Amino acid sequence: MVGIKSYGAYIPYYRLERSEIAKAWGGFAMNPGEKAVANHDEDSITMAVEAAFDCLKGMDGKGMDGLFFASTTSPYREKQCSSLIATVMEMGKEIRTADFADCLRAGTTAIRGAIDAIRAGPAKSIVVVAADCRLGYPYSQTEQSLGDGAAALLLGDSNVIATIEDCCSISDEITDVWRTDEDTFVREWEDRWVIMHGYSKNVGEAVAAIMQRNGLEAKDFAKAVVYGPDPRSHGGLMRRLGFEPAQVQDTLFTGVGNTGTSSALIMLVATLEEAKGGDRILLASYGDGADAFILTVTEEIEKVRERRGVKGYLASKAPLPSYGKYLVARRLVQLPPGAAIIGRGSATVMWRTRDWVLGCHASKCRRCGLVTYPIQRVCYGCQSKDDYDEISLSQKKGKVFTFSLDNLAAAGINPPIVQTVVDFEEGARLYCMMTDCDPQQVKVDMPVEMTFRRLHEFGDFHNYFWKCRPIREG
Amino acid sequence: MESIKDKVAIVGMGCSKFGELWDKGSDDIIIEAAYEAYEDAGIGPEEIQAAWVGTINGMGGVTLSEPLKLNRIPVTRVENFCATGHEALRNACFGVACGMYDIVLALGVEKLKDAGVGGLPVGRGFHPVMESRRTGPGTFAFIATRYFHTYGLTPEEGKRTIGKISVKSHHNGNLCPKAHLHREVTLEQVVNAPLIAWPLGLFDCCGVTDGAACAILVRAEDARKFREDPIYIKGIGLSTNQILPHFEPNFDWIGFPMNREAARQAYEQAGIKNPRKEISLAEVHDCFSITELINYEDLGFSPQGRAKEDIDAGSFTLEGELPIQPDGGLKSFGHPIGASGLRMTYECYKQLQGKAQLPERQLKNVKLGLSHTLGGPPQVACVLIVGNSLG
Repeated sequence: MVGIKSYGAYIPYYRLERSEIAKAWGGFAMNPGEKAVANHDEDSITMAVEAAFDCLKGMDGKGMDGLFFASTTSPYREKQCSSLIATVMEMGKEIRTADFADCLRAGTTAIRGAIDAIRAGPAKSIVVVAADCRLGYPYSQTEQSLGDGAAALLLGDSNVIATIEDCCSISDEITDVWRTDEDTFVREWEDRWVIMHGYSKNVGEAVAAIMQRNGLEAKDFAKAVVYGPDPRSHGGLMRRLGFEPAQVQDTLFTGVGNTGTSSALIMLVATLEEAKGGDRILLASYGDGADAFILTVTEEIEKVRERRGVKGYLASKAPLPSYGKYLVARRLVQLPPGAAIIGRGSATVMWRTRDWVLGCHASKCRRCGLVTYPIQRVCYGCQSKDDYDEISLSQKKGKVFTFSLDNLAAAGINPPIVQTVVDFEEGARLYCMMTDCDPQQVKVDMPVEMTFRRLHEFGDFHNYFWKCRPIREG
Repeated sequence: MESIKDKVAIVGMGCSKFGELWDKGSDDIIIEAAYEAYEDAGIGPEEIQAAWVGTINGMGGVTLSEPLKLNRIPVTRVENFCATGHEALRNACFGVACGMYDIVLALGVEKLKDAGVGGLPVGRGFHPVMESRRTGPGTFAFIATRYFHTYGLTPEEGKRTIGKISVKSHHNGNLCPKAHLHREVTLEQVVNAPLIAWPLGLFDCCGVTDGAACAILVRAEDARKFREDPIYIKGIGLSTNQILPHFEPNFDWIGFPMNREAARQAYEQAGIKNPRKEISLAEVHDCFSITELINYEDLGFSPQGRAKEDIDAGSFTLEGELPIQPDGGLKSFGHPIGASGLRMTYECYKQLQGKAQLPERQLKNVKLGLSHTLGGPPQVACVLIVGNSLG
């Protein structure tokens, strides 16, 4: 039976107190808590990579048959993101990739697509990953409510941790929340109509339909994982659907914010982290209609507990000290350009070096065993030519050999840049920037892990590469 | 393999005023350095048979031939990071040593102060993402972090140790009319200066400077036709490493193998066994104060890990056992990249002739001068030894 085989999540390291936004604008916080904010070097692709690695922990990407990516904040209007993510995940080329876009429901739509592909037979296992980092207009309530994050689910038809019993979709044409092809910030029609005739009506109908045809009532579910744009609307709908507070999976609004396309998936991961065999779960999401699913947790779930997941990433955090730092993190202001950066973007260079740029591959000499990054055709140790195996460092842990806190390098972004030389147990050494850290806490021998980040836009496209960060232990 | 020792002589040198030369272009400072060198050698431009120009920002040999109108002679541009000036001189040496030319010119130049911002550009452009935000200070600070860590210096102790190097260089440069910076600084000013790349502060970093320097070379046997006090090439070592040190497995970041190798080559050619005793003065690559410290050790002036003792003892001041950076070095004289190797040679040349600008700067009993450049991230080192007598 088709179901979920594994799960993973990603929540950015930085959080902004809603009261900081209110303070900046002289207003008040509509809701308490904080929102998760992607750093200046993060976007939906990088967050998706993080969540997908969390989901596939201990597994080989080459065993997967496909990867579906869902987002309303794809860094590209034309160019597939799922192929890039799958390459970073080392999934090989004989896979199916697809991007599900433009709708808050795209995450669950991708799940339905994966279910159909697996049921139909061509695929055994597909990773569905959803990520969003939507922007609310400065000074708007949306600015306070939206947060950034990602979640990934591995779907398959064997050893599932939760079977998917049924799915139900409703499509509804409504211009309630949108961005045109020219908009940066989310637009909304009057909220009372949006909630009444958009969110509550569509989700209510989908949930009612799937419960009715399966002969189930609210009390039959251990947990209801239902998207909610804000705590008030979500609470109202859940009461109307007949769920008791203990059955309701929190939207994570207080700690993360509304993460759009990934929201329902992040909530599902949070539920699965606590679930036990036999639990029946309702999953529902909203966006131009609604998707509803019924899942039943199996005993296999105990085998996938070693995930950082929502719980881990939620606990590992640092506050953005001011609204100004938020504007920098989300690239909403430009800092002084500073020293010129000698940079050439080249699609061909990035393409032919993709093994070490995207895969973070080092070469391990077959003759002398020396491991060097990036890949060296002539061995640095023994000068043997083209005689090496490639090993990926992307999921390896290292430690800082030396570092500096560079104010000159930080043109246009937050100084200082933490420059680091990192040693890996495998013997490789890698030079990179450190991100998501307190520069004053960086020390020689400090343990670090690698993280896939967006570096710059030379060549008029997004250039991604690896950085290191202090290990995020929740 | 033959030694270059005593095969080639420098018979004329020139050095432009160094500084933030807002009102001068590359052409102006090239002309200033070259015409001083012509006059010093007692020749005119028509006698130059081939030339080498070192610059990191130029384009081809025309960088030199256009301002100097060099009669369609061969002019080659060379570039090897911060060793570029030395490279121009090194290649010019070979031009006369092999007998193909009799009189050649080597000139290094850099016009840095047209960029609109202080400091040098970020990144290198070899690959779109690999070193995209690498900087000079950010890289050389790796050495300071690791050196302090390895030898158990607290950041404060470490900063005070390298700070003394900057105090010395500012003092020396202040005495030097052509130097960029004329300013004494105190150790407290150095250690409390704004941070550029921790642990390096503003006064740990060399000047970003415009300037040019020039040498005219002939075979040693012809040298006395030009002047009574030619300066002879005793040894030239050059070493390039084979992987960016940032990615070099097991590299210790407290000294550079290519420094030691370039020095080994030059010492061997010059027949030097004990550099600390035999060298009379040295101009080493002090792009940052920490770089000067590791150079003391790499070039054999201080034992490994013990440069601090020499710094504290004042061994390398103007009055010390081995004056290092008598003209203020990159720190204070300035670092127009392509010019630096030749500027260092200019100071050695003048000191060895007893003609240091301002008599109070003249060092006593000098025989051998060493100049050293360390270039790239870093990946290349050059050591040049010159002397004022044959044999």
